[in-house]
Amino acid sequence: MTYLAKPKLHHPSLPRNALGFTRRDYEGPVSTLCAGCGHDSISAAIIQAFFELAIPPHRVAKLSGIGCSSKTPTYFLGQSHGFNSVHGRMPSVLTGANLANRDLIYLGISGDGDSASIGLGQFAHIMRRGVNMTYIVENNGVYGLTKGQFSATADKGSKSKAGYSNEDEPIDLVMLAVTLGATFVARGFSGDKGQLVPLIKAAVQHKGAAIVDVVSPCVAFNNHPGSTKSYDYVRAHNDTVNFLDYMPEREPIVARSEPGGVQTVVLHDGGAIRVRRVDESYDPTDKVSAMAYLEARREAGEVVTGLLFVNECDADLHDAQNTVGVPLNALSDAELVPGSAALAKVNASLR
Amino acid sequence: MSPTDIANPDYFHKVVDCQWACPAHTPVPEYIRLIAQGRYDDAYLINWKSNVFPGILGRTCDRPCEPACRRTRVEEGSPEHRRASARPEPVAICRLKRAAADMKGDIRERLPRRAAQGNGKRVALVGAGPASLTVARDLAPLGYHCVVFDRDAKAGGMMRTQIPKFRLPDAIIDEEVGYVLDLGIEFRPGVEVGSMRELLAQGFDAVFVGSGAPRGRDLDIPGRREAAKNIHIGIDWLSSVSFGHVGRIGRRVVVLGGGNTAMDCCRSARRLGGEEVHVVVRSGFDEMKASPWEKEDAMHEGIPIHNYLVPKAFVHDGGKLVGITFDKVEARYDAKGRRELVPTGEPEVRFDCDDVLVAVGQENAFPWVERDLGVEFDKWGMPVVDRITMASTRPGVFFGGDAAFGPKNIIWAVAHGHDAAISIDRHCRGEDLRQRPPPTFQLVSQKMGIHEWSYDNAITPERRHRVPLKDTVIALKSIKVEVELGFDAKLAWSEAQRCLNCDVQTVFADKLCIECDACVDICPMDCITFTADGDEPELRTRLHAPAVNLAQDLYVSGALKTGRVMVKDEDVCLHCGLCAERCPTGAWDMKKSYIEMTHAGGTPRVHLPGRAPAPAALAAD
Ligand SMILES: Cc1cc2nc3c(=O)[nH]c(=O)nc-3n(C[C@H](O)[C@H](O)[C@H](O)COP(=O)(O)OP(=O)(O)OC[C@H]3O[C@@H](n4cnc5c(N)ncnc54)[C@H](O)[C@@H]3O)c2cc1C
Ligand SMILES: Cc1ncc(C[n+]2csc(CCOP(=O)(O)OP(=O)(O)O)c2C)c(N)n1
Ligand code: SF4
Ligand code: SF4
Ligand code: SF4
Ligand SMILES: [Mg+2]
Repeated sequence: MTYLAKPKLHHPSLPRNALGFTRRDYEGPVSTLCAGCGHDSISAAIIQAFFELAIPPHRVAKLSGIGCSSKTPTYFLGQSHGFNSVHGRMPSVLTGANLANRDLIYLGISGDGDSASIGLGQFAHIMRRGVNMTYIVENNGVYGLTKGQFSATADKGSKSKAGYSNEDEPIDLVMLAVTLGATFVARGFSGDKGQLVPLIKAAVQHKGAAIVDVVSPCVAFNNHPGSTKSYDYVRAHNDTVNFLDYMPEREPIVARSEPGGVQTVVLHDGGAIRVRRVDESYDPTDKVSAMAYLEARREAGEVVTGLLFVNECDADLHDAQNTVGVPLNALSDAELVPGSAALAKVNASLR
Repeated sequence: MSPTDIANPDYFHKVVDCQWACPAHTPVPEYIRLIAQGRYDDAYLINWKSNVFPGILGRTCDRPCEPACRRTRVEEGSPEHRRASARPEPVAICRLKRAAADMKGDIRERLPRRAAQGNGKRVALVGAGPASLTVARDLAPLGYHCVVFDRDAKAGGMMRTQIPKFRLPDAIIDEEVGYVLDLGIEFRPGVEVGSMRELLAQGFDAVFVGSGAPRGRDLDIPGRREAAKNIHIGIDWLSSVSFGHVGRIGRRVVVLGGGNTAMDCCRSARRLGGEEVHVVVRSGFDEMKASPWEKEDAMHEGIPIHNYLVPKAFVHDGGKLVGITFDKVEARYDAKGRRELVPTGEPEVRFDCDDVLVAVGQENAFPWVERDLGVEFDKWGMPVVDRITMASTRPGVFFGGDAAFGPKNIIWAVAHGHDAAISIDRHCRGEDLRQRPPPTFQLVSQKMGIHEWSYDNAITPERRHRVPLKDTVIALKSIKVEVELGFDAKLAWSEAQRCLNCDVQTVFADKLCIECDACVDICPMDCITFTADGDEPELRTRLHAPAVNLAQDLYVSGALKTGRVMVKDEDVCLHCGLCAERCPTGAWDMKKSYIEMTHAGGTPRVHLPGRAPAPAALAAD
């Protein structure tokens, strides 16, 4: 951590987005996480993504649980709404907030402990309900904040800093999300912002439940030899299946031919993502073969990264529940209290 | 690119923009930190060692350091400056120097002692300006017997005879020239050296010519001879004012010329009875040679500056000057981009006046140096002088200051003096002049704790502080009242906070880096990039922020684990140390570079690590 506030001065050539903001306008106060924590790089990637998308910060709500990862919303989007909830309970708070105000852009920030250990039940339901949000798991395989106990995503056989071996099967949040019906599922690595930033941008533009599982080394407790979540291990075992280019609506969508091939996925807002394949055979729109591939690579100790599954179905929780089309706080008293005649009508319909 | 060689002192020296730009390479950030700590004596002595005349230069220096100062560049991206549309400005380096001089105590105890014993060598120095005095200061403590000749009664050269007292009071010159003369130098006032042959015949081991550029250019246009009584050559007139021979000037004065001399002339005229003083220059206002602050000072005193007017004739009435006429011109550029001043064809412009001061340039003159002594001169009458050794073509004869390459300024005269002193010392020892002593260089970590550094790494958003001035009404009443009041302790402290500590270097150890990106993410100025290696021009285009300032180096590491390299653009680094604070492995460290020029007779001296060098050690040099 640092005691010094980051100086407001910036590079004279720092670019501005359509709103006139610089990247620096999307920052928060200086992080108090351990120096070198992967989570800080994810914060930087989120800042970059929201800057590039030119999203007005006050249209964003960032919600989190408990953990080092769940602390990070303080360090980015300083001008946005924030809610730091209870351990593992961010999904229900986010679901409620989304139901009350469907107009905000929802960003759920969680850790592997927060989502795969204590919060696994909540995680399952937010995915299967198709809540329109971007769910980012900052996955380091340990409970960083409580000093490095194995979390439920720690790989079997991986070693703790003290030398113990993890004997439990890991939970793969990506596989889980795909089975539970999430419609945008990706994995990134905190050490590769070139890949991560477009993934976050596309996830934010996707309508429905989007999850980005980001492998994020814990420099304090899980960056040693024997760990499968260290900088060195991930770099050595990163199986990148594709890279994304997110293209907003205004840019013409042209399918360029590149080695490995390009696949264009049109998003609900009219923008599109261009999937540049690294692995020729990997098709992120084919759920069954994607799952087979992911499982096979996991068995081989590889970390598959890229856009792993996408289904532009264009429907979310609000569509399924046929809710009112505006935020609840935009409804007038007359709409909220329609009077006894209306009540009588409802009652009559139930008789 | 090949990895940066940070063992070469020049690499980090260049990062300290001000020190690199200073002809004498004064360790600027070091003395600014000492001022902030209230250690004025130490701050003064660092200056004194390097530039000999801190109190004088703190008032008058041409300050090449300030245009180089990184502070200006980093403020260009500041949100405050965007809003207030104020120009980003450098740290007031020069005026902080004066603050150290003003607020120091008695430092005489800490100056070098007179040599206990002579070394038997005698050196003649022609002229007692800053160049000669610097040579003498460097050589006398080594045991050289230095004999300084000047036609004037007092030492100081043009610092005393040209620079008006309202910018530089006599007391300051007396003090600092005194420190030099007190080293046991033989000063022979009132002696005009009339023949180099005779001087050489006196058997000196070396001769240094520091005679300046003493002749002011004249303006030969109609009416010059007839109206001569009221037309004065600027530098002659200024020295007459200095000596007290001239105390009045007419009510309406025109000053011709746009250099520093013109600015001193017009401001002096304002104080000696000139009520309507006008400066007229041939070319554009922006092209004037005078420093921007000198123009500001003149205009502040109610002196208009008129441009694009070429003098045509002095108008006189039976030999009595009544005015001067000008042709209006405009700047045109030919195909090669060369500028020409072309008459506009408009009617001539006339200024009525009682006196004219001609300040259109200065020339060198060496009538006293016989041309058959082996001291070669070029076709413009300038001596042939080696830019590094200051040696003429005759062994044992050296030049420096304005005499060497034409009129410059005090700090260049000092720098020449140091270089010449090294050469004279080597010459007298029979050593090769081309071998120059390297500067002392040390690099010491400033780390005290996880986020504690032994320098103040916080960055203040404050703007440059103005030096308080004497009320103009009072200032204009006397030629001697100093206009600038100088910073007081509080202002000096605030201004010192603006210094970025560019000498506290970001030092990278590639073996330790785990490529976690923490430094990239925290850096407020987007200085750091991890990327594939490439050729410099191409690499400069694909960094986090484009590296467009080619005068600033890229710091490139060796290959990292991923095969990439770390590239840091030094251009707008704040030296805030955040990269080092956020680095988990200590791959970045903030290390203070202390670079000091080695003067005559000096062997590189080792300072105590992490501390300001004890300037008292000079005495032991
Ligand atoms: C009006 C004016 C204002 C200036 N203002 C500034 C300023 O604000 N800041 C700045 O940095 N610079 C300023 N300068 C320039 C600066 O004064 C000179 O660059 C500097 O003094 C040069 O130093 P020097 O040692 O080479 O010679 P000088 O200072 O010129 O000294 C030469 C000395 O040699 C003596 N001398 C010459 N020939 C002989 C001889 N044959 N025998 C005996 N003695 C001799 C002269 O009497 C003189 O004292 C100014 C110059 C002028 C004219
Ligand atoms: C209900 C509850 N149980 C336990 C804790 C203790 N606790 C705090 S953080 C944490 C684990 C966080 O792990 P993770 O989500 O992976 O975050 P990380 O710190 O690794 O980023 C635990 C168990 C708690 N705060 N609240
Ligand atoms: S303990 Fe681990 S997860 Fe937490 S801040 Fe430190 S490095 Fe990051
Ligand atoms: S000191 Fe480090 S963090 Fe600060 S501006 Fe320079 S490179 Fe960036
Ligand atoms: S913070 Fe340190 S270890 Fe991390 S990338 Fe920068 S220099 Fe390397
Ligand atoms: Mg964790």
